Amino acid sequence: MLAFLIKRTANAALVMLAVALLAFLIFRFFGDPVEMMVNEQATQADRAELRERLGLNDGFATQYLRFVAHAAQGDFGISYRNQQDVMTLIGERFPATFELVLVATVISLVLGIPLGVITAVYRRSKLADALQIGSIVGVSLPSFVTGILLILAFSVSLGWLPAFGRGETVDIGWWSTGLLTPSGRAALVLPALSLSTFQVTLVMRLVRAEMLETLRTDYVKFARARGVPAARIHWRHALRNCLMPVITLTGMQIGNLIAFALVTETVFQWPGMGLLFIQAVTFVDIPVMAAYLMLVSFIFVLLNTCVDITYAWVDPRLRDDTAKAGGGNG
Amino acid sequence: MADISHPDAPAREDTAMPPTSRRFRLLPAAWADSDLWFSFRSHPSAVFAACLLALIALTALFAPLIAPQNPYDLAALELWNAELPPLWAESGQWPYLLGTDTQGRDILSAILYGSRVSLVIGLASVVAALAVGLTLGLVAGYFGGWVDNIIMRAGDVLLSMPFILIAILISAMATAALPAGLKGLLALPILVIAIAVPSWVQYARTVRASAMVERRREYVQAARLIRVKPWRIMLHHILPNTLTPVMVAATLNFGLAILSEATLSFLGVGMPPDQPSLGTLIRVGNQYLFSGLWWIVVFPSVQLCLIVLCVNMIGDWLRDALNPKLR
Repeated sequence: MLAFLIKRTANAALVMLAVALLAFLIFRFFGDPVEMMVNEQATQADRAELRERLGLNDGFATQYLRFVAHAAQGDFGISYRNQQDVMTLIGERFPATFELVLVATVISLVLGIPLGVITAVYRRSKLADALQIGSIVGVSLPSFVTGILLILAFSVSLGWLPAFGRGETVDIGWWSTGLLTPSGRAALVLPALSLSTFQVTLVMRLVRAEMLETLRTDYVKFARARGVPAARIHWRHALRNCLMPVITLTGMQIGNLIAFALVTETVFQWPGMGLLFIQAVTFVDIPVMAAYLMLVSFIFVLLNTCVDITYAWVDPRLRDDTAKAGGGNG
Repeated sequence: MADISHPDAPAREDTAMPPTSRRFRLLPAAWADSDLWFSFRSHPSAVFAACLLALIALTALFAPLIAPQNPYDLAALELWNAELPPLWAESGQWPYLLGTDTQGRDILSAILYGSRVSLVIGLASVVAALAVGLTLGLVAGYFGGWVDNIIMRAGDVLLSMPFILIAILISAMATAALPAGLKGLLALPILVIAIAVPSWVQYARTVRASAMVERRREYVQAARLIRVKPWRIMLHHILPNTLTPVMVAATLNFGLAILSEATLSFLGVGMPPDQPSLGTLIRVGNQYLFSGLWWIVVFPSVQLCLIVLCVNMIGDWLRDALNPKLR
């Protein structure tokens, strides 16, 4: 197990180094960092001094290693656009994205699991058919279209919920939360719904597939024979055995949700990391782009590694090398 | 499945017949009584989706002939026809079936032309990803060793970043690096590359897994013995055996590619407003969300969803139809 742990961690570290190389290449060779940072009046000497101070005259490997070392400490330099520390900028925006992703995940579980159970248990009914079709529609709806349609329905036509922004927020230490004020909660509803649409269908399809298999097992048949009420069999005994893959999926999808939040945040002008990133893209603010890329990839790799390790811990067969390589065809 | 993954697994015994006979029959007569066609006919949702998609593709293809207006010929736009609602609304006007935008552009025509751009980018990026993915997957699986290592590790790195993020970065960087004159001209190829880069890995992994199995089979070793060239073995013997899963993945990825293109264009790193795709139209229409001009944004959105929905329904059917476990 220890060998597997070390190997998996080393693997993740290597992947992160490669991502860092990409981010570094973008930062270093996409436009001249010095030209981006100085103002028009800077003299040649100023520029040369800044170049020296940033260490841009050093060798490639030295610069890359320095970039990695700084990145590991959360130092991604200064934003070209508003001259602020990049990590502070991202740190300010992180709570907004985190709350959005968290609520979207909760919605996806609260809606997806019961819907999945219903479509599996009553799979010959009209309702299940309708839900199945609904799930294909849900997968096909681009998240920004969902967002726009939600705004059109609930903000423009009905005027029930706000269409943009985060509402009022309360600061708890450095964390600013919108969950504690009525306007903050109202503002969260539409973005979270639109972000979770895809995830709901994903959870629902997974639960349905797992339930269909579980319902065929002997212990379910035995419970039926013993006269355990159907509801208790379905919602307690069978469902419990379906939850492990759901937890895995939810964990692994959090990285995707954070990435996809940038679309939702653009639609709803939600002041999170994704909106910051899109604005950075518009202004070619490379340090912010590099930092966002590294951060999201880090969360991605971290979650995947954790899931792999948990699986290996639960199922010793997966620690074996030969079995692991089989993942290539999955 | 263990022998797929284990490079040193002994060759299987049951390899007397080269499995090329499983290749898809494309002749009309053979197609007409194939299992696939039968399965297609007995799935009304797949037939419906295919018909609707064909209709959308044809109207997009022949947009210049069908569309009431050339939406990008500025001379054809008349400002007094601007902001007309759809025909069935009170002040709707013929021939503006779905209304007009703020410049007097016919929405239906804009959608037909926009679908063209979206479909072309979707198709081209799937073809590009297939070409790269199949080639690299075959090479990696057939030769193994360090070639395999480099290709698959590169794929791992790509998979460790979210799909949409890679596409945005490539598209944004390429556009920013280009001189202004070339931006419009190269917007389409840039998007194709931006979407193809993160999607080839899936094909490469699928093909690599089969290639690793096939290369140990006796018919491949026999072909090697009589000095058939490696590329010929890969193309004629190994590739056809991997096409079933690849076809399903390619269909579903076609929908994903159209979605990704629309997302990029919506975010402003895709097609420019003077040659809009459906995503660009939605981006532009989004600005009028609060001014009551809902038709500018809703109809392109509906068209986009219809296209992706049809593709996904066909993909779902294809996955079930080609799945040997469900036969």
